[in-house]
Amino acid sequence: MTANSAHLQDADIEFHGVSKHFGDVKAVDNVSLSVARGSFFSFLGPSGCGKTTSLRLIAGFEQPTHGDVYIGGEAMIGVPPHKRPVNMVFQSYALFPHMSVADNIGYGLRQRSSKPSKTELRKQIDESLEMVRMSGYGNRRVWEMSGGQQQRVALARALINRPTVLLLDEPLAALDRKLRRDMQIELQTLQRDVGITFILVTHDQEEALSMSSNICIMRDGRIEQSGSPRELYDQPINRYVADFVGKTNFVAGSVTQINGQTVCMKTGNGRSFFGMKTAGSPELDVGARVSLAIRPELTVVGSKASNAEDLNTDTAFQGKIRNQIFLGEHTEYLIDVEEIGDVLVLSPKSIESASGGFDPGEYVTIGWKNDQAHVLKDS
Amino acid sequence: MVMRVYSFVVYLFLYVPIGIIVLFSFNSGRHASEFVGLSSKWYGKALSNPFMMDALTSSLIIAFSAATLSSIMGTTAALALQRMRGPVRVIFDGLIYISIMIPGIVIGIATLVALVTVFDILNPVLAAIWPDDNRPPKLSLGYISVIAAHTLFTMSLVIVLVRARITGMDRTLIEASQDLYATPWQTFCQITLPQISPAILAGFLLSFTFSFDDFIISFFVAGANTTLPIYIFSSIRRGITPEVNAIGTMVLVVSLTLLIIAQVLLRSRENKSSRDN
Repeated sequence: MTANSAHLQDADIEFHGVSKHFGDVKAVDNVSLSVARGSFFSFLGPSGCGKTTSLRLIAGFEQPTHGDVYIGGEAMIGVPPHKRPVNMVFQSYALFPHMSVADNIGYGLRQRSSKPSKTELRKQIDESLEMVRMSGYGNRRVWEMSGGQQQRVALARALINRPTVLLLDEPLAALDRKLRRDMQIELQTLQRDVGITFILVTHDQEEALSMSSNICIMRDGRIEQSGSPRELYDQPINRYVADFVGKTNFVAGSVTQINGQTVCMKTGNGRSFFGMKTAGSPELDVGARVSLAIRPELTVVGSKASNAEDLNTDTAFQGKIRNQIFLGEHTEYLIDVEEIGDVLVLSPKSIESASGGFDPGEYVTIGWKNDQAHVLKDS
Repeated sequence: MVMRVYSFVVYLFLYVPIGIIVLFSFNSGRHASEFVGLSSKWYGKALSNPFMMDALTSSLIIAFSAATLSSIMGTTAALALQRMRGPVRVIFDGLIYISIMIPGIVIGIATLVALVTVFDILNPVLAAIWPDDNRPPKLSLGYISVIAAHTLFTMSLVIVLVRARITGMDRTLIEASQDLYATPWQTFCQITLPQISPAILAGFLLSFTFSFDDFIISFFVAGANTTLPIYIFSSIRRGITPEVNAIGTMVLVVSLTLLIIAQVLLRSRENKSSRDN
C-alpha cells in the first residue's frame, strides 16, 4: 500500500511521508499511503489515532507539517479547501440552517465561476434528491428533518458536485442502530453506482469491515496495517490489529522456537502453544513477547469426555461454561479454561444441534487447530 | 414581608416619575404641576416647534450615523478578534469590556480634550498647506465629533453582541462552505453574515438608542450643535412644561421599542440555533 516515489496512475489520493503536528502532539506521523481510484477506503482506529486529521489533511482544513498530499496526481501543498476537488460529509452534517434543503444541495454548484442556469440547477438538485431517495423534500427546512434525512441531504450536497473523492467523517455515528445498518448498505450501493472514491473515517470496526474495499488501521498517528477487510481479519500483523478487528482470544507468552512459519511459544505457567506467523508480520526473535491469537469461530467446543481427536483439533483443554448467548445462527460461549483464562467460542448451529448445546456451569472440552492460531507480536 | 415592601418601594420610586411624565404629557393645562384634563395638544406643539425639530433631526442623523459606523466597525472587529489567539485576545477582550464600563463623563472629557488638541495641531498645518487664497477649512466640534465619540462608545456593544453570536456559531458550517468551493468572501456573504446578522441588527438598534439618548458625551463634544437631550436639558432650565413631557414620552416610546426589537432578535436566534443542534 505504500508508495514513496512515483504517483500511481490509478491512485486518487496519495500521502507521501505526511506528518501533522499540533504543538508537541504528532497527530499524524510520517504516513504514506495511496487510495486506488473508485475504491471504498476506510481509516479505522480509536479516537485520537489521527484518522480525522488525515481526512482534514485531504480536505485542506489542515496543512501538513511535513510531506505532501496528492489528489488525482496533483500536489495539494498550499491549496485551500475551496480549490480541492473533494467534498466532505461532516459528522454533524453541517447543513446550512438558514437555507432550504434544495439550496443546501445546490450550494456547491452555485459557487462555481460558470454557474449552471436556474433550470439546469433545479434539474440537478432534483436528480440528487432522487439519488438519496428524498424526492419532494427540496423545499423543506433543514431542522424539520430527522437525523437520517439530514444525513441523506448532506450526501446529496456533496455528491452533486461529482468530486474526485468523497470524504465521510463518522457519517453514521449519530444514527440509531437500525438506520445505521440501512445507510451502510445504501452508501455501498451509492459508491458502486457513482464510481467515486469514498474515504471513510470511523472508529466502528464492523462499519469499516462491512463497507470498505480497503482499510487502514491507525494508532497514535501511524498506520498499523492496511489491506482488504479479509486480509486484516485473517492475517493481522500484530496483537493490536487482531484486537481491533473482530473478536479474538489471546494467550500471552514468549517465543521459544521458530520453525519456518510455525512458532512455538511458552506461557508464564510453562505451557507451550504452537501458532503460525502471519503474512507481512514483523520478524520474531526467540524470547520476544507475543500472544497466541485464536478467533472464536475457529475454536471448537465439545463434551467433557471428548479429546482432540474427537474435536478434530490439535489441542484440547478442559473448561467450564460461564455464560451462553444464543445468537440464532451461532451460540456464543464464554468458557473459563484453567490454563488460559476466559475463552470466547462461537459455535455454529450445525454443531450445536448435534451436541445439543451446553448450559452455564457445565464442564466442556475446547480446542483448535495449530495452523488456525496466530502468534502475534505484542504492541 | 419587609423585603417585599422594600422592593415595592424601590419599583415605585423608579417608575412613578416616569409614569408621571407620561401622564402629564397628556395634560391639557399650561402648568406641569396641576393636571387639568386629557389632551394631546402638547404633542402637536412639540412637533411644530422648529428648535425642537432641529434638535430631533440632529439627534436622528447622529444616532443613525454612529449606529451604522459602529455596526460595521464593531462587526469587523469581532470577526478579527475571533481569529486571534492567546494573550493578545485576552487583552483586547478586556479592553472592550472596560470601555463599556467607563463612565460617559470620562469619555466626554477625554474625547473633548483629544479632539481639541488634535484640532489645535491640525488647523495651523491646514492653514499653512492650503494652496489657493480661499480661507482654509477650520476643524471644529460639531456633528462629526459627536458621531465619532458615539461610535467609539457604542462599538464595544456591537463587538460584544457579535462576538457572542460568532462563538455560538457552528464552525463546521464555515468549513462546509469552503469544502463546497466557496471562496472566503463567498463564505462570509452566504454563511457567516446571515448567521450573525441578527446580532449585528440588535447591535445597531442598541447603538442607535444609546446615541439617541446620550446627553453627557454629546454635551461635551457637540460644540454649538444641539441634540434632542441637550435641547430638553436647556428648555427645562426655563421650567418644566407639558411640551417637555411630551418630548420625553416620545423619546421613551422610541427607545423602548428599539430595545424590545433588539431583545427579540437576540432571543429568537438563540432559540432557533438550539433547536438546530
